[in-house]
Amino acid sequence: MTPAAALAGLVLVPAVVGVLLLLAGRRADRLAGPVAVVAGVVGVALAAITAVERPDVSAPFLGIVDGGDLALAVDGLSAVLVVTVTAVSIAVIVFAVVDLPRDAARARFFGYLLLFVAAMLLTVTATTLPTLLLAWEVMGATSYALIGYRWDVPGKLSAGTTAFVTTRAGDLGLYVAAGAALAGTDSLELADLATADGGWQHVAAAGILAAALGKSAQLPFSAWLSAAMQGPSPVSALLHSATMVAAGGYLLVRTMPLLEASGWAATTAAWVGALTALVLGAIACAQTDLKQLLAASTAAQIGFVVLAAGVGASAGGAAHLITHAAVKAGLFVAAGAWLTSLGTKQLADLRGVARRHRGMGVAATVAFMALAGVPPLALWVSKDEVLAGADGAVWVVGLAAAAVSAVYAGRVLVVVLARPDGTEARDVEEPGTRHVPASASVVAGVLAVAAVGLGVLAVPEVAHAFEDVLDVGSQPTPSAAELALSGGLAVAVLALTVLRPGLVNRLSGSVLLPWAGLSRLLSPQPVLAVARAAAAIDDRVIDRAVLAIAAGVRRAATAIGRADDDGVDGAVRSVAAATRRAGAAARRPQTGLLHQYYAQAVAGLGVLLVLLLVVR
Amino acid sequence: MLLTVVVLLPLAVAVVLMALPRIPDRVASWAWVAASAVDLALVAWMWWRFDPGAGIAFDVKVRWIPTVDASYHVGVDGLSLPLIAMTTVLFLACAVWSLREQHRPRAHAALFLFLQTACLGTFAALDLILFFVFFDLTIVGMYFVIAGWGHGNRRRSALKFFLYTFVGSLALLVGFIGLFLGSDERTFDMVRLADNPPLQGAPVAGGLVLLAIGIGLGVKTPVFPFHTWLPDAHTDAPAAGSAILAGVLLKLGTYGFVRIAMPMLPEAWRDWAMVIVVVGVVSVVWGAFVALAQQDFKRMVAYTSVNHMGYILLGLGAAGLVGPADDDARTIATVGAVVQMVSHGLLTGALFLLSGVLWSRGGTYAFDRWGGLARPAPVFAACLAVAAFGSLGLPGLSAFIAEFQIFTGALQATPVATVIAVTGILVTAGLFLLALQRLLAGPTTAPASAANPGGLVDVNRREVIAIVPLLALSLVIGLLPRVLLDVVEPAAELVTDLVAR
Repeated sequence: MTPAAALAGLVLVPAVVGVLLLLAGRRADRLAGPVAVVAGVVGVALAAITAVERPDVSAPFLGIVDGGDLALAVDGLSAVLVVTVTAVSIAVIVFAVVDLPRDAARARFFGYLLLFVAAMLLTVTATTLPTLLLAWEVMGATSYALIGYRWDVPGKLSAGTTAFVTTRAGDLGLYVAAGAALAGTDSLELADLATADGGWQHVAAAGILAAALGKSAQLPFSAWLSAAMQGPSPVSALLHSATMVAAGGYLLVRTMPLLEASGWAATTAAWVGALTALVLGAIACAQTDLKQLLAASTAAQIGFVVLAAGVGASAGGAAHLITHAAVKAGLFVAAGAWLTSLGTKQLADLRGVARRHRGMGVAATVAFMALAGVPPLALWVSKDEVLAGADGAVWVVGLAAAAVSAVYAGRVLVVVLARPDGTEARDVEEPGTRHVPASASVVAGVLAVAAVGLGVLAVPEVAHAFEDVLDVGSQPTPSAAELALSGGLAVAVLALTVLRPGLVNRLSGSVLLPWAGLSRLLSPQPVLAVARAAAAIDDRVIDRAVLAIAAGVRRAATAIGRADDDGVDGAVRSVAAATRRAGAAARRPQTGLLHQYYAQAVAGLGVLLVLLLVVR
Repeated sequence: MLLTVVVLLPLAVAVVLMALPRIPDRVASWAWVAASAVDLALVAWMWWRFDPGAGIAFDVKVRWIPTVDASYHVGVDGLSLPLIAMTTVLFLACAVWSLREQHRPRAHAALFLFLQTACLGTFAALDLILFFVFFDLTIVGMYFVIAGWGHGNRRRSALKFFLYTFVGSLALLVGFIGLFLGSDERTFDMVRLADNPPLQGAPVAGGLVLLAIGIGLGVKTPVFPFHTWLPDAHTDAPAAGSAILAGVLLKLGTYGFVRIAMPMLPEAWRDWAMVIVVVGVVSVVWGAFVALAQQDFKRMVAYTSVNHMGYILLGLGAAGLVGPADDDARTIATVGAVVQMVSHGLLTGALFLLSGVLWSRGGTYAFDRWGGLARPAPVFAACLAVAAFGSLGLPGLSAFIAEFQIFTGALQATPVATVIAVTGILVTAGLFLLALQRLLAGPTTAPASAANPGGLVDVNRREVIAIVPLLALSLVIGLLPRVLLDVVEPAAELVTDLVAR
């Protein structure tokens, strides 16, 4: 197989298999799991080939200017991401096979899942704006289908709608960026964006920023992630790790030259990322539902990636994308497995769950430690690589956000590692199986191993090798003191949280629990009100005006008709009547009596004579 | 000659159907399908033989009214061929859809065949008088479709439709006469008028003629504020009638802009391009918001047509802003506008046929009467979802190819207007997803009726054969757009060049 074919296959295999599964429908339910696993394994293999060979491939799509083609290529950043995406995907697919209920519509589930993965793979390899936008929006649409997978349960589909509409609000930026690219560079090549001239560069940067922040659930778009938790656990595991939310972070790292060239966009990205990491971290601390906590933490962790793109730490951003993907996928697998087993994801009811399901418990504990930033685990070092690029106030906010992540991770650890006290409710949300499948534990275990293993990035040689793979040149690297500071901070905060859990629990009573009102920003009510007003104007003013014109024409016609009847026709009728009268009068002399005719003739001749005399 | 056969074949079959009253109903319905299928095959052959770079093909010119130099002049180029193809596809879909028509099927078939000739004739016409005759015949045909086979307040809606669009067509006629009088050669021939545009250097006269033509085409398109005939006509029209009305008849308006207004009045088009853009953007925003508030599925789809036609005006208006934008950007906007015409025909045609499924099962389009339909009718749900996502501009389907090019092409010429218009796709996304949620999810509810025991009966084979090809074609254009763009791009390039004269 040629490398180019491998790259095409990387996207097409999951896409085609996914479409076939969707078309087959419920007939393929039994086959869907195994088929998806095979497609996932093939995906990993193809990703490995393309990561080594770095091919590119393109197909004609739009015309007129350069960059209209469907073009994809694998460079360093893409290589890292295709491997991450396919690896996390196969893990999630395996988990989904055991986690989905036996009678679920599996063909539909795996069909959309594979399409979703294909869209993410196309996103991270796209080199032109049409390609990127295609992948980007198809990913959004399939996320809608996955979040609303159990559409028959009230609220699920509307959660999907919220996710799609919110992310699409950001996506509008990509349309604008594409227009700015065309105007500023006369091409639609992604790589040319940074060279756009004049104000178009700023327009493009603003568009890219909006799209990325929307997809990555950064402030102020964050609340769709909360709604997205309505999706099945494997969907959460995929959406919140290597795909979807990661796509925004990826796009910013990819377009870093543009952000830097514009100046303000890089600063904005840095601040939005840092603030999201802090605020959503605080929101995570207050959650009482494990999946909600993990969702908020996802937005917060991707905030570090966005921060990295803003401060030029592309290697750190890429590293954090990978490490977070491994950790968060594992945590969602654990949360999902516990939900399936115990029928609840409320923190209070999960007391001691790590003791109950030991294998999964160990994996989850390691992943939570990594999430807290405990050395020598993966997130500790990748986060520091990001912070090494920052300075001043952004660095302080970033470090505070890092400490906050230790708080929420610690909060979960306290609960799941505690001894159960018998007050835990079961089957709150669904009937539990009281069983965690071995393969789910294996999946979580493998991801936990990755969370540990990726800590080797702390070794400078490994970090440099990683930078060489990315081909990014010299990067800010954290000093030993910085690594020690953040590691020490994480451990200290974690210890404090574990020892004094009451401090944190108080947060649950605050405004942070309902995501600090962020969902109100996404409320459709104002738009619906405008729509209703517009519809009322349409009916009562515009259409009424048209009807009034028609009615006016009709009234005018009636008036003219009357004028026609009374005036014009009346004149005609009176002429006729006068003629008739004249005729009647003319008939009167015609009596038929000769002597009267003679008399009339004499009278007439007399008149003529008088006339003749007068005229002469 | 081939083109004349394509145009007149449906009419000939219609005449035969009406002349022979003994023809059984079933035979009449199948004759319609056969005639439309043959027409489609002929158009496919034309597409195969068509050379996009060579300009007008398959042209025929026969003297008609020599005193005013009006002739029977027909031909196709990269602008009209895609629309002719879309028209034949949509009419065939409607023919299949109507195979089970119960109410006077012979007259129904003959009327639609007549309408098909009128629509194809308008797209093929290269003479203003011929264009006008066919254009008006479509209004007559659609009047009878709504009045005869509609439902609800059908006579009133049909009359409103007829009077509104007929008055519009009179404005168009005034404009055509203006073009005739303004031309050096005193001709109605469109090719010669485009080669040697009238009223160059006469901005006032040119502007007034453009105003007349713009109002005439704007009513048909329809653009804000001339759009209020549309929701009534759609609500009371039969499904097949709505599909043709939205899919084909609206395109006569937008096609008129690229075929007549832009090449023949380039100076006036450039002078007034900003007005066109503003009208387009207002239509986009207005159509989207009003659609969002509708409580009736079919009315909602009708209003989205106003929104989608607004994008076309935005693209074509931007193509006239020669100053701020370069040729490539303007060409891309024009290409997008033409693709939007084809795409909207396919997707909205499918949406209206799907609304017909609701009507045939329950006699209502009201959102609050239906719910949870994905349970009893999964195929209907799948088709509706694909059509809705297509219509909201999801990449992979045809509308994205159109809207992406309109936005990217127009941004340079008119950034503020374009950014406002882009928000339109967000509102349409919201309204279509809301509609899917209302119709497909939640507890299953359906109006009780004999045709509908226990929820909605899923689409049958006939309905699938009518609807699915429309969606499949939209998918083909969305994924392999070169099939269409290779034909459209040279013609669009020519139009943008002509406007820049």
